[in-house]
Amino acid sequence: MSTVRTSPGLLAAPAALFLIVFMLVPVGLMLYVSTLERGAFGGVNWGQHTAIAYEKLLFERDLAGQIAFNSDYIAIILRSFRLAAVTTAVTLALGIPTALYMASLPPRRAALMLFLVTVPFWTNLLVRNFAWILILRNGGPLDSALATTGLVTPPLDILYTPLATGIGLTYSFLPFMILPIYVALERIDRRLIEAAFDLGADRWRVLSRVVLPLAAPGIAAGAILVFVPCLGAYVSPELLGGGKSLMIGNLIQAQFGASRNWPFGAALALVLLLVLLVALALLASVKRRERLAS
Amino acid sequence: MNDTIVAISDVSKRYAGAVQPALAGVSLDIRRNEFFTLLGPSGCGKTTLLRLIAGFGMPDSGQISLDGKLLGQTPPNLRPINTVFQSYALFPHMSVAENIGFGLEMLGQPRETVRSRVTEMLRLVRLEGMGERRPAQLSGGQQQRVALARALAPAPKVLLLDEPLSALDLKLRREMQIELKRLQTETGITFVFVTHDQEEALAMSDRLAVMRDGVVMQVGSPENLYDRPANLFVAEFIGEANFWNATCLERSGAGGRFAIGTSKAVMPVAEAQGLAEGAKAVLVVRPERITLGAAEPGLLHGTVETAVYRGSDLVVHAALAGGGELRARLPGSIAAAGLIGTATGFAFPADAVRVFPA
Ligand SMILES: Nc1ncnc2c1ncn2[C@@H]1O[C@H](COP(=O)(O)OP(=O)(O)OP(=O)(O)O)[C@@H](O)[C@H]1O
Ligand SMILES: [Mg+2]
Repeated sequence: MSTVRTSPGLLAAPAALFLIVFMLVPVGLMLYVSTLERGAFGGVNWGQHTAIAYEKLLFERDLAGQIAFNSDYIAIILRSFRLAAVTTAVTLALGIPTALYMASLPPRRAALMLFLVTVPFWTNLLVRNFAWILILRNGGPLDSALATTGLVTPPLDILYTPLATGIGLTYSFLPFMILPIYVALERIDRRLIEAAFDLGADRWRVLSRVVLPLAAPGIAAGAILVFVPCLGAYVSPELLGGGKSLMIGNLIQAQFGASRNWPFGAALALVLLLVLLVALALLASVKRRERLAS
Repeated sequence: MNDTIVAISDVSKRYAGAVQPALAGVSLDIRRNEFFTLLGPSGCGKTTLLRLIAGFGMPDSGQISLDGKLLGQTPPNLRPINTVFQSYALFPHMSVAENIGFGLEMLGQPRETVRSRVTEMLRLVRLEGMGERRPAQLSGGQQQRVALARALAPAPKVLLLDEPLSALDLKLRREMQIELKRLQTETGITFVFVTHDQEEALAMSDRLAVMRDGVVMQVGSPENLYDRPANLFVAEFIGEANFWNATCLERSGAGGRFAIGTSKAVMPVAEAQGLAEGAKAVLVVRPERITLGAAEPGLLHGTVETAVYRGSDLVVHAALAGGGELRARLPGSIAAAGLIGTATGFAFPADAVRVFPA
């Protein structure tokens, strides 16, 4: 009798191949490029190694070749983190109540809401951000609407500020917050909620002691799904933020475009990746310790 | 003295879209410190009634009061009534101790009180040392005990239990029946217990209500319901019985004489109120009330088909002369061999019979 023995290694081969081709190779390539000399007209000088791309993150050389500390890039990185964090916080604040509301609806209405939440995806992200330019610009609908309330005097000058970027990012990423939270809420056993009520919990404590803790995995997933892409966002800061609120994404893009500094672009992308990995690892270890402690 | 704790008066409830009401004019008085059972077939409205008492939903009409005070729109969290759910509904993200302490915490009890009470409850349900576990790390029977401890911890005035034992296997079920009875006696809390298992209901209850299609058919003690069922449904639902079609031949005083089936057997009946001479009736006799008698015309007799020895008793099936079947539970000392296949006479005392109009 002949049986074909399939080793576990073989079964994992497709996944491993996928990871190698789409993750390790590109990251490896980036790592390699980041250690090369920039070419004079873009591209790189293959085989000419230097650490200058990483030095440039913190220091600049003046014309005389003197090295001086330069906080410009650090400022952009910090701003990106701040914007991503604020966007995550705002989408959390908007997403949790929305998801709670959706989960409270009868199935048909919930399905309709779910559809409405995903409708924006049917339109290109660029187009949607352009629409925000029209809404936010001086003399635009927001401006005139607020002017009629008499509370503010136009022009508001929102467009091309970090606020505009924040609005654009929040708008773009809100569905990524709502959907996983809604899924987590939907999966909660209604009888647990009834049990909490039965034991004397009022609405607020049912929410804080039972519903939200049980939805925590969905909330964490939503936060990661918003925070990570936000950090590298390109479209919203480019279109709505103007030159004053550049984010890492724009900086990286510029290195491969106008600035023609591929090694520096690659180095920036790697630093971003590294910081994110460290942050996620910390988060995971904190959660694991919490689970062990309780 | 009136020691009613839960008074349910004329409560009706129809779910949106349903044709039949789930409850149709239910009235019940549940007494303080008793083990009260709602018994009835699936869909008769037991869960619905329990949920109305707990405060999940309002009756369409009628009223429920607790300790003499109308509950009205009072939400579940403000009623001193707790529920043990059929599915246990333990909080999976909390430890056993946190689950048990939840109700006390919601009442705003200080931390120390909660802790000592949790320890006390763990001891009461015999789960000492398991406080730090998660519900998922417990067996079904242990989860059941946690659910009980959680509902008992805040010392509610009334504990509602919706088929709490139905998910357990037979052995565990027996154990938990005893356990529940013990907890009820020890805590002195009024239990309202739901089941569709009549044996369980008889074994555990101080009093029980038999329900059918949203209506209470009879309320009383287990002995009362078993010996004096108020109608055919209760007679059929509780315990075993013989049901014979009969005709009333003669009335005298409270009782009378009835002819069973098409046979010539004429049996005396002690109580036959409401039945006129010539009326069609159904006679109900419990198998253990039947004894052996003379096989003579005019008396009950038939051919024994099977006789199964069960140690303490001998379960006999016989085909009655003139049609119909008989099931009797005779003393185990009677030899089965001598009975099978022979024409045998049967008898029962006049007061062992319940008569209902057919
Ligand atoms: N949420 C609901 N919506 C509509 N009808 C319902 C609902 N819940 C119960 N019913 C109906 O009401 C009637 C009584 O249901 P209930 O759950 O009270 O029965 P039960 O006696 O608890 O039955 P079981 O022993 O099967 O648990 C049934 O006919 C049932 O179909
Ligand atoms: Mg039920």
